Amino acid sequence: MSAAKIQLSEIRFKVNGVERSATVPPMKRLLDVLREDLALTGVKEGCGEGECGSCSVLLDGVLVNSCLVPALQASGCEVLTVEGLATNGALAHIQRTFLELGGTQCGICTPGMMLAAESLLRKNPHPDLDAIREGLAGNLCRCTGYMRIIDAVKHAIEEPILTADLAPEETVHK
Amino acid sequence: MRSNVSEYEFIAPGSLDAVLALLSAEPGAWTPMAGGTELMVALGAGRLEQRKLVSLWGIGELRGITASADWLTIGAGATYTDIRENAAIAKEFPLLARSASWTGAIANQNRGTLGGNIVNASPAADSPPVLLVYEAEIELVSAQGARRMNYSEFHLGYKRTVLRPQELVMAVHLPRGHRLPVEYLRKVGTRNAMAISKVALAGVGAMQSGKVQTVRIAAASLRETPARLSMTEAVLVGHALTSDRIQAARKALLQEVKPIDDVRSTAKYRAHVAANLLEEFLNQMAASES
Repeated sequence: MSAAKIQLSEIRFKVNGVERSATVPPMKRLLDVLREDLALTGVKEGCGEGECGSCSVLLDGVLVNSCLVPALQASGCEVLTVEGLATNGALAHIQRTFLELGGTQCGICTPGMMLAAESLLRKNPHPDLDAIREGLAGNLCRCTGYMRIIDAVKHAIEEPILTADLAPEETVHK
Repeated sequence: MRSNVSEYEFIAPGSLDAVLALLSAEPGAWTPMAGGTELMVALGAGRLEQRKLVSLWGIGELRGITASADWLTIGAGATYTDIRENAAIAKEFPLLARSASWTGAIANQNRGTLGGNIVNASPAADSPPVLLVYEAEIELVSAQGARRMNYSEFHLGYKRTVLRPQELVMAVHLPRGHRLPVEYLRKVGTRNAMAISKVALAGVGAMQSGKVQTVRIAAASLRETPARLSMTEAVLVGHALTSDRIQAARKALLQEVKPIDDVRSTAKYRAHVAANLLEEFLNQMAASES
């Protein structure tokens, strides 16, 4: 079916602390704007229907599935993607614990998992196990069986830890 | 197959008045969209038929949760997260907070709205059974004015409601000060997180001198709309909860529900589980006085 092409919208927003803009169809998914227009390919697409969480980003500090956010609704907002977690090349604490405890394997779910964890810890700096599980329940992982991811979040609650502090069997990737 | 996003108009007038004026100027032409947790899924799957959409997201007039002496008013744009985090809802209408907590996961709860859940009119939706047992009223608004009715009158049939093309759901009003001692809510789905219900049952009630004084029961995924189970209620009111009476209530429930076979479950399973949930609720009622 050939509908008349609609007017593009200029979306101005702050992405990972930097003012950006993109001129796109207003219904273009935020996920696609980030990946295609801004080349932020850390944002992954899994299911495309809000069930798997791999496209999770923070929108004005709130965890969302970017596959379900039309570009126009991100206009004027602040977006945080996995690329914005590290500062000046230094990994964020949550990234280090994922890395050190084997919370990341194939990597597809990792950006979304980290943002879900970041969102959880911002709201609840000391979540118990149930709260961690609930906070990550919208993010699917086919590799880890989740235990290592939950461990990574648990360790992120505590003060920064060094790899040397971890039990040997937990030190998977150095 | 994904939709071609270039075929969709989408505008954000930014105020309630501007949205209502648009809906009134071209009734039926524009489809309102709040957090997108339903319509954006349809877009992604290539089955979003509406080509002109208008954003309700960020319209402050729709999002507040306020209390007056007699009513707790929840704006249609309130998200599940707003509902979960509201102290008055947690205290006075805890089943609503609980149903919000198991609607999708956090990211969905941050975007999905109560109004969207109602207007989408899925018989499987999580909020409606709770709104029905709390005897909610619903307020609809258009450029021509507002009207308010019992929420139980809102759903007409499968995905059909009384909402007119130029109207929006403005708010849901919950009557305060009528909380009953027994409250029950159970959703049965494939797993805890994210699942759409196979069947869900909400119930509130009170016993007096060993007999059912008041009871209200509502269900999801058992009829073509979210529904009060008034035949079942009628079998119970004024009676002691003997095992015979509970069997009679199970029977009444099975007579008034019309479960179907679909991708999530079978009619047979739904009917059987619904009767079991009813019995669980009634056992809770029976134990409430002892």
